[in-house]
Amino acid sequence: MATKRKPRLAVWKFASCDGCQLSLLDCEDELLAVTGQVEIAYFLEASRAVLEGPYDVSLVEGSITTPGDAERIREIREASKFLVAIGACATAGGIQALRNFADVREFTAAVYAHPEYIDTLKRSSPIAEHVFVDFELRGCPINKYQLVEVISAYLHGRKPNIPTYSVCMECKLRGAPCVMVAAGIACLGPVTQAGCQALCPAYGRGCFGCYGPMETPNTAALTAWWRDQLGMAPAAIQRALRTYNAGSEAFRKESEAYEHAHD
Amino acid sequence: MSTLTTDSAAGDFREPAASPGETRDTATNLRLKTKTVRVDALARVEGEGAFHVKVKDGKVEEAELRIYEPPRFFEAFLRGRAYAEAPDITARICGICPVAYQMSAVHAMEEAFGVQVTGPLRDLRRLLYCGEWIESHVLHAFLLHAPDFLGYADAIQMAGDHPDLVTQALRIKKAGNDIVALLGGREIHPINVRVGGFYHIPKRREWDKIVEELKWARDAMIELVRWTGQLPFPDFEQEYEFVALRHPDEYPFNEGRLVSNCGLDIPIAAFEEFMIEEHAPHSTALHAAIKGRANYFVGPLARYSLNFDRLSPLAQATAKEAGLGVECRNPFQSIVVRGVETLYAIDEALRILDHYTMPDAPSVSYTVQAGVGHGCTEAPRGILYHRYVLDEKGMIVAAQITPPTAQNQATIEADLRAFVEPRAHLPLNELTWQCEQAIRNYDPCISCSTHFLRVQVERD
Repeated sequence: MATKRKPRLAVWKFASCDGCQLSLLDCEDELLAVTGQVEIAYFLEASRAVLEGPYDVSLVEGSITTPGDAERIREIREASKFLVAIGACATAGGIQALRNFADVREFTAAVYAHPEYIDTLKRSSPIAEHVFVDFELRGCPINKYQLVEVISAYLHGRKPNIPTYSVCMECKLRGAPCVMVAAGIACLGPVTQAGCQALCPAYGRGCFGCYGPMETPNTAALTAWWRDQLGMAPAAIQRALRTYNAGSEAFRKESEAYEHAHD
Repeated sequence: MSTLTTDSAAGDFREPAASPGETRDTATNLRLKTKTVRVDALARVEGEGAFHVKVKDGKVEEAELRIYEPPRFFEAFLRGRAYAEAPDITARICGICPVAYQMSAVHAMEEAFGVQVTGPLRDLRRLLYCGEWIESHVLHAFLLHAPDFLGYADAIQMAGDHPDLVTQALRIKKAGNDIVALLGGREIHPINVRVGGFYHIPKRREWDKIVEELKWARDAMIELVRWTGQLPFPDFEQEYEFVALRHPDEYPFNEGRLVSNCGLDIPIAAFEEFMIEEHAPHSTALHAAIKGRANYFVGPLARYSLNFDRLSPLAQATAKEAGLGVECRNPFQSIVVRGVETLYAIDEALRILDHYTMPDAPSVSYTVQAGVGHGCTEAPRGILYHRYVLDEKGMIVAAQITPPTAQNQATIEADLRAFVEPRAHLPLNELTWQCEQAIRNYDPCISCSTHFLRVQVERD
């Protein structure tokens, strides 16, 4: 019997910190097993070998922030059978989506000596705003075990087992005390998707929303609680919602309810 | 340019012919030959970069390392954020050295508030940095840089012929990541660092397994440093102005004065006074330079050459065994120096864990006040400088961040010029690969560099 060709995996980068694709190289125990199952066809951070498309699986890191990148993601989509957006930049626009609430020209002038060299879009947008995305893996950064699960699910033709419930569920599973109830610390856990094993509450700090909004978040109830029970200032509430997933619909809308707020 | 249409490498990747390059003969007169070495998408570096070197009549006319990573505007959106948010937000500049960003940020804020973190908490910060150096250096030296010396496209192919090398490196890297994961909460973008210290301190017994693994890693690393010492290095010793931190007692991580081998000796707060940008004559770009002098060099070679006497005896002895002197001016040997620094970081982590004491509290208290704070720490790739102006509520009014690769860019280009000229006769594919290697010597971190003033994004 002829041996079956190994599926071709490609890893692409847009505006990002490289951390999510680094997660693949951080799979020290699994890396060689993964590369035994797939052929790395394009992964510039790891290899200078480049294979032509089409690609069976494309992992896409980063957000779209330039006209050239808006074009490049279309080419990648055309060359990919299964496209997975990985990380908060690719799924929500990332921290650089804070420009969406500001004037990007002023931002450019503030940072660069030669603003005329800078070609940038007004908004930082997620991949799904530009092309069809087969699966979105959340996190800032993604959880490497969830990444292995997504690749493994693809190889076996099944749906990835990635929960969409809140961080609160993981907190209870872990047996960590609720930082909001017990210590009066503001926590985004009740409205944030699980994936980190409730890392921050376990370390005694409030969740700050790395995995973006859970499936059906009641953000208004949470921020009202912060305001009324914790005495949190409206501007501080807005900042808490505007971090790595500021561009996600649920966090963006709730943050806009606190527009023009002052500490 | 589309990376999808970048020349593809196919077939046997051990052939240097696998490299995307092109040559142009522009004149009929053979004596006027122009050759261009060009790579549009650099591999095995962090972030997106390109370079080209143009040679005419055997002379290098242009050498440019181009950064086309899109800008992300950190200094702009940090304005109006609270001081306490800076460590977590700036960590997102780089997924490979987030600890460095967190350390430079907390030190800057602490300077602004006039507070010093000492004793066990200071040791723990050093320990966290050891973890990052181990994982970052091993990733670069053995998974990204070593394949150049052995002629493989990547570590995965290299693993086919050298399985022990790759599995050992992965295990040492994991030991570094284990430190960051336990003390930082997770490997990438740790969550446990705060101004004043940490949120939570792991108990002594939680370190037991890591201590055992580090002891194994120390022995394994000695072998790996010896292995790097026998790699073939091109004869490429250069005159550099090395810049690094120097501390009275320690190999530098978080604190010290900025010194160079050409007499620089300044407090970190004077960084912007001495490190300036100049319009270099051979380029349209602005280049980082020391005021009144030329470009400079930051990173492992600089640290090592300026601080050899601060390394542990084991690291010093192993460096000598691997053929290094007390300074190293051949950037191709940076793989050996990274190995020595990794060994030092393992040694130092074990020293700290050996007399691990729980601090009285996970963090020290401080009073928020208006002011200016500077932080400069040794990221794996060299000095990382932060400056913040804060108002009386601790809100950020202005932020300045200067990452190491941006400081090295002019030196990388100078290396390319010096390297290519005597080798211009080499077949283009071979020369292209060697140029890539000359850039990878610096472990360039391009995502970090994008928001530096020198960034250029071409409009085409």
